[in-house]
Amino acid sequence: MEIPYTVSERPDTGLNNVKIGIWLFLASEIMLFGALFASYILLRVGATKWPDGSSILSVPMAFTNTMVLISSSVTMVMAWASLMEKKLGRYRLFMGLTIVLGLAFLVIKFFEYRAKFHHGLHPSTSTFMALYFTLTGLHAAHVAGGIGINAYLWGPGLKLWERAPQQFTNRVETAGLFWHFVDLVWIFLFPVLYLL
Amino acid sequence: MADSAHGTHHAEMSFWRRYVFSTDHKVIGIQYSITALVFLFFGFSLMLLMRWQLAYPDQPLPIIGGLFGELRMPGGVMLPDFYNQLGAMHGTIMVFLGVVPLAVGGFGNFVVPLQIGAPDMAFPRLNMASYWALFLGGVTMFASFFVPGGAAQSGWTSYPPLSDIAPMGQTIWLVGMLFLIVSSLLGAINFITTILQLRAPGLTFMRFPFFVWAQFVTAFLLLLGFPPLQAAGIFQLMDRLAGTSFFLPSGLVVSGQPIAATGGGSPILWQHLFWFLAHPEVYVLILPAMGIVAEVVANNTRKPLWGYKSMVYSLLFLGFMSFIVWAHHMFITGMGTAMSSFFQTTTMIISIPSVIILSCLIISLWGGSIRFNTPMLFALAFLPMFGIGGLTGLPLGLATADIHLHDTYYVIGHFHYVVAPGTILALFAGIYYWYPKATGRKMSEFLGKLHFWPSFIFMNGVFLPMLIQGLHGVQRRLYDGGAAYAHAQPVLHLNKIMSYSAWGLALTQVFFIVNFFWSLRKGEKTSDNPWEATTIEWSAPSPPPHGNFVSMPQAYRGPYEYSVPGHPTDFLPQFSPGAGEKAKTGQAGKTSH
Ligand code: HEM
Ligand SMILES: [Cu+2]
Repeated sequence: MEIPYTVSERPDTGLNNVKIGIWLFLASEIMLFGALFASYILLRVGATKWPDGSSILSVPMAFTNTMVLISSSVTMVMAWASLMEKKLGRYRLFMGLTIVLGLAFLVIKFFEYRAKFHHGLHPSTSTFMALYFTLTGLHAAHVAGGIGINAYLWGPGLKLWERAPQQFTNRVETAGLFWHFVDLVWIFLFPVLYLL
Repeated sequence: MADSAHGTHHAEMSFWRRYVFSTDHKVIGIQYSITALVFLFFGFSLMLLMRWQLAYPDQPLPIIGGLFGELRMPGGVMLPDFYNQLGAMHGTIMVFLGVVPLAVGGFGNFVVPLQIGAPDMAFPRLNMASYWALFLGGVTMFASFFVPGGAAQSGWTSYPPLSDIAPMGQTIWLVGMLFLIVSSLLGAINFITTILQLRAPGLTFMRFPFFVWAQFVTAFLLLLGFPPLQAAGIFQLMDRLAGTSFFLPSGLVVSGQPIAATGGGSPILWQHLFWFLAHPEVYVLILPAMGIVAEVVANNTRKPLWGYKSMVYSLLFLGFMSFIVWAHHMFITGMGTAMSSFFQTTTMIISIPSVIILSCLIISLWGGSIRFNTPMLFALAFLPMFGIGGLTGLPLGLATADIHLHDTYYVIGHFHYVVAPGTILALFAGIYYWYPKATGRKMSEFLGKLHFWPSFIFMNGVFLPMLIQGLHGVQRRLYDGGAAYAHAQPVLHLNKIMSYSAWGLALTQVFFIVNFFWSLRKGEKTSDNPWEATTIEWSAPSPPPHGNFVSMPQAYRGPYEYSVPGHPTDFLPQFSPGAGEKAKTGQAGKTSH
């Protein structure tokens, strides 16, 4: 017994199962972050005073991180494109880069958090700090998850390439969609928390 | 699709792979169903305890009262805190660990792939993960009774600020909910993908059995509704563990003491996030039930469903609308007349598709030669009971009337009419209906009727008085059932009627439990299609093997071709090729394709 359309596309929907699965998952993620942003708005509108994010948070660090994540999205696409051209060496290079950039993001984030704690700024300090830590923390957890998936596809998961190259390429594409989404969330978080 | 070697491959699998960590949708469906039935029974038992306290406030519970210990029931008398724990956990368990896992996890898993002619769900391992996430959530919830301070006690709605400052059980509740949310999200992704991708050839959307449609829409509600509750759960965890004040307003004073928190948060924010899920969730509770009833009604009236298409469009419209009515639970939060009018209007509009679906089901009975077997009795009972539930919702949806009714037993009566005599009766209908598919045997009709009639009567005995008490202004969540309030005195005697009915209802379930187990061994053996039904699941062997079908089924026509003029039998299955040919059960699915 085999499940149909795990790799190939179903003619009338034009998609394989995994593609639909990941889009649905991303839809639920949009609802999650949508709710978080909506909560931000509601709390901010209801607040008597609201701090200026850029005076508390480090805009240069966040800007660097934005660049890091955007670059990692580019390398992720390159990794996938390399697979489409059946160039495994290039794939490993670009996927490796994506992982390194992801880690760089987390390291910078770590220093940012540490600086906040040093200055006595904790989640319990104010509603603004509570939102900052919760939203960026959840986002960082997504980054970490993405790195885990990418590392798997860079290392042990590569075995599938020998047996089923198409399926492996699909997996990388799926991981890519998730990674771009994580990137996109950051592109919203950055201005909302640091600039507005 | 190869049709080889079904029987052989699963014989090789170990016991653990076959029954415990199975990826077969049927095994998972049964795991879900059993887990859910156990939790339904457990959640019901919590309520049976509460009903003692309500009928006989502050009197020691005879015989078993001493078993609960000094912290819960000293001398057999229930403490208010324990009453609150029972209430909060009753609601949580019945909704998230009982009805939804049975309706979606159980019936959805078992029936949907069979009805669309699929070999399994699209993501079998995800399916297994989703069951085990539910299981962990269940264990977590159950364990929360034994932590210091006991289980969650701020209602199933967990409104802050109370829930923010409640004892540790609330933290465990939140962790348990996160497991349950993950379970539902994985399930929802799987259902939608399966329905879109694994449909048999010829099974176009308008040939779906109504049950498949119901599960399809339900999955979207779960997928899009749960994440905001997830966000809310994370916020509340932060409030409780990291000292944030997402839901704590400034200047909060508890028992005369200002509490140490930064403040600046909003308890109303929780309500918005909670009801954004929890209103769609009520449709998650009802849509699969409607799906089951539609199947059973079509089968036992031997007629096509009346207005199938309008039912489907109503369902889609209802699914969409259910995301923009949530604040009708919040009319008394002072949200302003513009907002109230908006949510009042959308609530009135969403009643229309519900009424259409119900009307279609009722009209479907017209002129049918009805077979009054057990599944049909339960399905028929669903119709008026859901009707009462829905109609009692309308006054609640009108902001002005709701100011009087909010937080009274009327609300409890309203939603129990939809969920208990509504959904739960429908779920029983489904169990009696698909039991032969799962086991190859029928449940006893005699015991089934013995289960049905008292259940039906007792359920009304439990819930009808609630509406009356609520209209008198008796509030919900009072641990003495209103005994201390002057305005409750004229309707206080009803508490005893409700309690006796609840206990009677519990006893009646013995007939079901006996029937369920007895029929496993002794029930009448059946053919693959004992109800002479038309949908594709009945072309599979009973019980279906791993991979479900002997050969790839195909759909040739709509789902409910009963009593087709000129056809020799009164049913023309979806899966049998020629209209002129004699449709024989079981073999009919064999096609050359
Ligand atoms: C069809 C028309 C319906 C309307 C107009 C309606 C309206 C309402 C309204 C306005 C409330 C809030 C009352 C208040 O708190 O003051 C309410 C509560 C509730 N309804 Fe409905 N409802 C309908 C159907 C349903 C269905 C189908 C279900 C479930 C299957 C359901 C389940 C609930 C639940 C669980 C609550 C109470 C939640 C709580 O406060 O604990 N309702 N309904
Ligand atoms: Cu509602």
